[in-house]
Amino acid sequence: MMTHTGFVLASYGASIIVLVALVAWILIDQRTQRRALQELETRGVRRRSEARTENAS
Amino acid sequence: MSEAVSKAGRWIDLANPTRFINFAGIVLPWLAGITLLVLAAGLWMSFQAPDDYQQGSTVKIMFIHVPFAWLSMMCYTIMSISAIGTLVWRHPLADVSAKAAAPIGAAFTALALITGSLWGKPMWGTWWVWDARLTSVFVLFLMYLGIIALTRAMDDPAKSTKATAILTLVGFINIPIIKFSVDWWNTLHQPASVIRMGGPTIHPSLLWPLLVMAIGFTLLFFTLHMMAMRNEIWRRRVVAMRRIAARSAERRGTQ
Repeated sequence: MMTHTGFVLASYGASIIVLVALVAWILIDQRTQRRALQELETRGVRRRSEARTENAS
Repeated sequence: MSEAVSKAGRWIDLANPTRFINFAGIVLPWLAGITLLVLAAGLWMSFQAPDDYQQGSTVKIMFIHVPFAWLSMMCYTIMSISAIGTLVWRHPLADVSAKAAAPIGAAFTALALITGSLWGKPMWGTWWVWDARLTSVFVLFLMYLGIIALTRAMDDPAKSTKATAILTLVGFINIPIIKFSVDWWNTLHQPASVIRMGGPTIHPSLLWPLLVMAIGFTLLFFTLHMMAMRNEIWRRRVVAMRRIAARSAERRGTQ
């Protein structure tokens, strides 16, 4: 039965690699989009819906 | 206003992208925390579980293989429901949900195939057979890749929304085929042993770790899906704001 330990470790190892890569990709994407939004907001760019509410008030 | 009406109103409010982002900001830290706790408990229970009398230590692969396989089908079902939301109500969040779910579903399907293969080699004596269950799950993986390619093929998401929704719905036919393939055809893959008439056939010492791991990975899916949806809403805002900025710069240039 000991010979099967390699298969168990490989399964858990592969799962960790794929899931860590997935989480990292989502987190990097999150940082990219947040920075881009911040950069646009500091340049004074407003979305149409935001501009409309500002004009109305 | 009655309690029920105001409650329904609150859920409809969530369908507004800005409200969804606020909601995700509040819920995500809790959801991520609970996910980590349940997965940690599930892993601990998995390593405490005894070896199976036939499978030996490879039964531990089942604690991750089965949740991945369940999630591969659940994710596609969520994408199909989103596709209906896109086609019937043309709701922008439905398209965001479908697009955000596809890579997560592809990852879980790939893991179901990899871990299944790593179990099959010592137990069946082969990495892979083209039986109905394995083949239909492989087709599901290819469909995920096709949908990912289609959602990212166009610069403007509005152009691919309808085509993606129709493709997703047509592909849903594969989900019952996967589920019942082990009953309809003579497969090397075993039939269902947890959700079946007459109750599970697994001993409680192995069933409990499996269920906790399944709950943990389901929570992980919802955490990642919500994060990816929020990213997608932000991405669309960035694109829209850049377009506005470019247009106003153009106007200033011509004046």
